Amino acid sequence: MQLKNTSQYYGLVSIVIHWLMAISIIGMFGLGIWMVDLDYYDPWYHRGLWLHQSIGMVLLFLLVFRLVWRLANPVPKIMGLWWEKLVAIWVHRGHYLLMAVLMVTGYLITTAYGRGIDIFGWFEFPALLPADKGRETTMGFYHMILAWGFMAYIGMHAAAALKHHFIDKDITLLRMLGINQNKEKKEKHNED
Amino acid sequence: MKIKLIIGAALVALGISTSAIAEDYVIDKKGQHAVIQFKIAHLGYSWLIGRFNDFEGTFSYDEKIPSAAKVNVTINTASVDSNHAARDKHLRSPDFFNVDKFPTSTFVSKSFKELGDGKAKLSGAFTLNGVTKDINIDVTHVGHGPDPWGNYRRGFEGTTNLNLADWNIPFAPKLGPASANVELYFSFEGIRK
Repeated sequence: MQLKNTSQYYGLVSIVIHWLMAISIIGMFGLGIWMVDLDYYDPWYHRGLWLHQSIGMVLLFLLVFRLVWRLANPVPKIMGLWWEKLVAIWVHRGHYLLMAVLMVTGYLITTAYGRGIDIFGWFEFPALLPADKGRETTMGFYHMILAWGFMAYIGMHAAAALKHHFIDKDITLLRMLGINQNKEKKEKHNED
Repeated sequence: MKIKLIIGAALVALGISTSAIAEDYVIDKKGQHAVIQFKIAHLGYSWLIGRFNDFEGTFSYDEKIPSAAKVNVTINTASVDSNHAARDKHLRSPDFFNVDKFPTSTFVSKSFKELGDGKAKLSGAFTLNGVTKDINIDVTHVGHGPDPWGNYRRGFEGTTNLNLADWNIPFAPKLGPASANVELYFSFEGIRK
């Protein structure tokens, strides 16, 4: 499989980023819900938040790279009726927007007092906006609402992918799993 | 002399007694010569010190009749500041001060008693998290006199100790036995009206 996308298929980089972020973000949702109710004397009381912040920042960097990669690559042809294609393209764009806002609100919570975020103890990412005490509470509220909203959103996205796979019986889901191309090529060979 | 008499007469005519003017002070919020601070044990190993940055209040104090002194303070609970974003977010949540439901905390004095040697005892109703209870505050006179800019100022400081269990703070028991009590400290400088 090649690294870059073609007009038909996703390349390895897009596939790996898609699934890596999907699994991480769902995990981050669970971690977030779990950590805020931990007991003060729980060994994970600080570690849980630290992990959430560290993974969140890595995801933010990954998202920036993903947007660059998307703009530098062809987008594989969307399958479906004209309006389904229109919905699909805007739902995809909505993912990027929601992820960006979700991650940035998280960043703004931790940096509300003008201090940077420690990322896995590797390095500290600085606070880019000036301190604004009280921001952590408003941003915390948005972060929670957006997290629940995004889970509903990816639920819809997953349902649509399954619809393509089981009802339309097209390769929308398979090509994101990277397991369709050989089959498709074989069919092409047969046609030849 | 004549002018003073005219001013005096005018004030009487307006129903303002000069002695009342002499007693009433507004806490200097603008110049931030006032602080409300709390101090609580962290695990029993050190102290955590935080503040409420936004509050306002007035007091009246007449040296001739100190027992008539009154104090009124309103604290914006969302202004809690322990110098740590995540902790302050937690302090504002329903686990602690529940600031959406209880945006203000108030103190209204009921009695003031001079103990001599610059000390006094202030009692009053303190409201926090929707709970109102009478508390006693140990007060010390700090100083008073004209300031260089044409006003008259008077300052007090005080401390009191609160048991967290009394104030409807759900997270309090989780802080551990060393952190059952919090010490409140304030220093107020009033500008005479």
